[in-house]
Amino acid sequence: MNPFHYSRPTGVQEAVHLSSAASRFIAGGTNLLDLMKENISRPEHLIDITGLPLHDIQQTSSGGLLIGALVSNADLAWHPLIEQRYPLLSQAILAGASPQLRNMASTGGNLLQRTRCYYFYDATVPCNKREPGSGCPARTGLNRIHAILGASEQCVATHPSDMCVALAALAARVHVEGRGGARIIEFADFHRLPGDTPQRDNLLADDELITAVELPADNLASHSNYLKIRDRASYAFALVSVAAALELDGDRIIDARLALGGVAHKPWRDRAVEAGLIGQVVSRETFSQAADALLQDAEPLEHNGFKIKLARRGIIRALSDAAVAGERP
Amino acid sequence: MSATPNGAAAQPFVSHSIRLSLNGQDRQLDVLPWTTLLDLLREQLDLVGSKKGCDHGQCGACTVLRDGKRINACLTLAVMCDGAELTTIEGLADGDQLHPMQQAFIKHDAFQCGYCTPGQICSAVGLANEGRAHDTAQIQELMSGNLCRCGAYSNIRAAIEEVLEGKP
Ligand SMILES: Cc1cc2nc3c(=O)[nH]c(=O)nc-3n(C[C@H](O)[C@H](O)[C@H](O)COP(=O)(O)OP(=O)(O)OC[C@H]3O[C@@H](n4cnc5c(N)ncnc54)[C@H](O)[C@@H]3O)c2cc1C
Ligand code: SF4
Ligand code: FES
Ligand code: FES
Repeated sequence: MNPFHYSRPTGVQEAVHLSSAASRFIAGGTNLLDLMKENISRPEHLIDITGLPLHDIQQTSSGGLLIGALVSNADLAWHPLIEQRYPLLSQAILAGASPQLRNMASTGGNLLQRTRCYYFYDATVPCNKREPGSGCPARTGLNRIHAILGASEQCVATHPSDMCVALAALAARVHVEGRGGARIIEFADFHRLPGDTPQRDNLLADDELITAVELPADNLASHSNYLKIRDRASYAFALVSVAAALELDGDRIIDARLALGGVAHKPWRDRAVEAGLIGQVVSRETFSQAADALLQDAEPLEHNGFKIKLARRGIIRALSDAAVAGERP
Repeated sequence: MSATPNGAAAQPFVSHSIRLSLNGQDRQLDVLPWTTLLDLLREQLDLVGSKKGCDHGQCGACTVLRDGKRINACLTLAVMCDGAELTTIEGLADGDQLHPMQQAFIKHDAFQCGYCTPGQICSAVGLANEGRAHDTAQIQELMSGNLCRCGAYSNIRAAIEEVLEGKP
């Protein structure tokens, strides 16, 4: 690791005013320190935000929850209100990383973790995300873990988070604060597609800090399911993951949520496919049509064609399991 | 260096003073910001029980307990542990009396080369503190952050099961 300066502010505005183009905030450190050891991130100043008062989970006046950016992934997954009202989120978090990492990792940091593309992680090769304009070796190289949806000529990386797939399905909102004040970003808009600027993962400005993630009230808790498909049974990133949630009246679908991980530069939520599910009756055929619609524009690279089939089957299974979830003992 | 942090132009890098409770002892230490907790323990404090397997959060050999919770010391900055209560494998025993988890690991022969063992034991103590593992499958899942290249998994699991079952 390169040497750096260190500060530990106690207020959000103090933290924001300390920030510069050469600084980075650090929370759990589980992604940033890894990248610094690999010489991929080289901040000259680390701003330790763990002293900020962003460690609580509060109920909102509209019946939702406001999760402080510093709540650890473990505390969030095992919080009684999350387990009761947003089991999809608990399940997704617990499917990610390891117990040690989840104790360290923060809510805000999880949103901002960077891709696991092997070329991005290898500072000796070109990569448009790391060095804009240098090229994308994944396009023609090993691309088994790469994107099948929304990729660009410049970058085919995927967003690695499990938690974010659930947050996308739950229509979370990201609260951020910068020098210019505070704003709220809809989860669907927070992460970006690579386009011509793959160096930018999301809409956050350099001086902006995530202060909280808000979960709106919903009626999805009794019929949700997170399915993670990976190379080994635990402690591995998703090849494909599916967050599915339904609100049912008998076997008729009143509300539907469907988001995928491991397939795109951002958690992939398709509102049109969700809308198509509403009003339908739960059946394998219904879910199979939804899967086909979601994947109609999927484009395989040389080594990741299997993801299309995997995603199709995963969507059907996750939705089917969600439909019966509340009925399981 | 081209850009410099706000108001920090040409400032020298400085060490920071931190206070820790380390294995029950209060310590005041000066650390450079880029020193990981694992390097502090192993290189500066001669507590070499915690192992450096991967240095990237992927193996669990460096697992220690911070305020009773298991963490990877390799991805933790020492400077960010100011005020923390840390327990490493060296601090689990009570004098000559081994911690029940240590005893169970010996009884069940839960290691071969022993390299992963300090991390496994600290992780298992963290697991017990969490109280979330109620059956074999849950123990397996919640110990997945600790790899064992010798494949002593079944004995590790047996040792942990015995300790958890001994709990009310
Ligand atoms: C071996 C390993 C396996 C993993 N497996 C999985 C997995 O299967 N699934 C999964 O989802 N994740 C996995 N992870 C990733 C892990 O979940 C993330 O590293 C973690 O969530 C990041 O959170 P953090 O608080 O540690 O972030 P940090 O490392 O502290 O920060 C990450 C980034 O976010 C910025 N940042 C942090 N907090 C804020 C804030 N509040 N406002 C603005 N900027 C902020 C930092 O500047 C930095 O750029 C794995 C990680 C490792 C090391
Ligand atoms: S896919 Fe993106 S992150 Fe990976 S090498 Fe190409 S540009 Fe870099
Ligand atoms: S050395 Fe820390 S996890 Fe491997
Ligand atoms: S006992 Fe050898 S690595 Fe686990």
